[in-house]
Amino acid sequence: MALLEVDRLVVEFPGRRGTLRALDEISFSIEPGEVLGVVGESGAGKSLTGAAIIGLLEPPGRVASGQIRLEGTRIDRFTDAQMRPIRGRRIGAIFQDPLTTLDPLVSVGKQLVETMQTHLKLSDRDARARAVGWLEQVGIPAAAERVGAYPHQFSGGMRQRVVIALALCAEPKLVIADEPTTALDVSIQAQIIALLRRLTTDHGTSVMLVTHDMGVIAETADRVAVMYAGRIAEIGPVRDVVLHPSHPYTEGLMGSIPQLEHRVERLRQIDGAMPRLTAIPPGCAFNPRCGRVLERCRVDRPDLLARGTTLAACWNMVPMDDVT
Amino acid sequence: MNAVSRFLDSDFVYQFWRNPVAVISAAIVLVVVVGAVFAPILAPHNPFDLVSLDLMDSLKPPAFTAEGDPHFLLGTDDQGRDVLSGIMYGTRISLLVAVLAIGFSLVVGIGVGLLAGYAGGAVDAFLMRVVDVQLTFPSILIALLVDGVVRAALPRSMQEQLEIYVIVFAIGISRWPQFARTIRGSTMVERQRDYVMAAKVIGLSSGRIMLTHILPNVMGPVLVIATLNLGLAILDEATLSFLGVGLPPTQPSLGTLIRIGNNFLFSGEWWITIFPGVTLAAMVLSINLLGDWLRDALNPRLR
Repeated sequence: MALLEVDRLVVEFPGRRGTLRALDEISFSIEPGEVLGVVGESGAGKSLTGAAIIGLLEPPGRVASGQIRLEGTRIDRFTDAQMRPIRGRRIGAIFQDPLTTLDPLVSVGKQLVETMQTHLKLSDRDARARAVGWLEQVGIPAAAERVGAYPHQFSGGMRQRVVIALALCAEPKLVIADEPTTALDVSIQAQIIALLRRLTTDHGTSVMLVTHDMGVIAETADRVAVMYAGRIAEIGPVRDVVLHPSHPYTEGLMGSIPQLEHRVERLRQIDGAMPRLTAIPPGCAFNPRCGRVLERCRVDRPDLLARGTTLAACWNMVPMDDVT
Repeated sequence: MNAVSRFLDSDFVYQFWRNPVAVISAAIVLVVVVGAVFAPILAPHNPFDLVSLDLMDSLKPPAFTAEGDPHFLLGTDDQGRDVLSGIMYGTRISLLVAVLAIGFSLVVGIGVGLLAGYAGGAVDAFLMRVVDVQLTFPSILIALLVDGVVRAALPRSMQEQLEIYVIVFAIGISRWPQFARTIRGSTMVERQRDYVMAAKVIGLSSGRIMLTHILPNVMGPVLVIATLNLGLAILDEATLSFLGVGLPPTQPSLGTLIRIGNNFLFSGEWWITIFPGVTLAAMVLSINLLGDWLRDALNPRLR
């Protein structure tokens, strides 16, 4: 059974000028131990999907329809009190900015201890010992001495390591990592991703890795979901999606990655911008920017259609041999 | 390095020693507080010990004047009580009332402020309107009102012993809205911070998040206001006692001493009211100056 199943999830924001559909019938699943990459432009709904899963949509946002199932149990209608034992214990989360996700006035050791003792029955001594263990696992040097240190005494990269330890220390089955490396130095990003990958593999944790960095996805993820304007444009095994994109949007994303092997004069770019949620065009949301647009695309919205191992929401998929 | 030596080495302490106003204020507060707390040991006489009183000693001027008696440094009142000792005991009561009252205000203000700021919406709107309504009245008026109502509600036999708590309650109730407002404002800012989101994500309850994560992060400005309000609470108590609705002459606070001494001002016995007045003024001024300094020292933008 899949660890997490998201089934036709719709998230809406009721507002003055009508209700905005921020997520429109998103469906995907994550298997135990799997890393699912979620890519897309800013505002495509990547982070919102994570927030909806963990039950922390900012009001007035709400799950309007669809289901979220964790190990077969529906959690999308859970109250806050029902979600609390799930948060941290079964679904962990890592945010973008390690500088602000740690409480500045509480030592890192104490934050780890607090997280563990909230979910696991541990004595103070055991929890403290485990906290040191976790700091060692995430590669903090002299962990035993630094366990009492405060966040401001750590560098950005070190803090993100602490945040990773915090997300994993109650041994959740799934970790939602929302752009975990965006705020970090380029030189540290690869280290953090490698660390995350290693620890989650060791502990058999599934990861939903939200990012807009296709390179990170290609290296880390088992499968990838490409999001566009609140919908999934394409989802499939990372190799197939990267090497043989089916959706023109995915193809465009791939074309925008600089590559060392092929020298190209200019990176290809996708013309135009993603539509605002208030002005999503009829038919396929990508049709105004699409190079392969058909008449049908302007009126008829495609559902996810299978091609080989991938699913893509497109009437006119990129032919297999068309990819460079 | 232990906590004490780390504190002594901090920028905070360094800033303090470089500021003469802060040092002098702290010295005055220290002298007054030590004198008050250790009054039973330090005071030259015990003004409550009726046996030691001698009417022959009444209305003696201070020791440094021509007719002064070296036994009574600041003179005596009409009952022959030593004014200096009276001040020390009186300050003790004044400080006790003020500290308890501010403590009470803090608890109520923190509770209401955290709740309003964290919950937001209707809860916030309701609590803040209560605060607004109360802030339209001068705090001393509220204190007078509460004091009067509570007194009337209590049976006469209990009034004497509960007097001090009635005053604490009256002053405390009149000062909590300020704390509630400050805490609410800071809480609304902190609530948006990622670490609060992170605390939610690890599954902590709202109460836990408020008390262990938000509260410590909003305490800075509150401590400053608490210090400033401590001075004002001392004045509130003195005002109530001066008006005669505060503490009775059997438990004389500074305000009571000033009120009683006031009757003698125009007959020439100025020391009975002036010295308690000066003590009160010096103490409140020092506490306020200290509070101002604290505000600046804790505000990184003014460094």
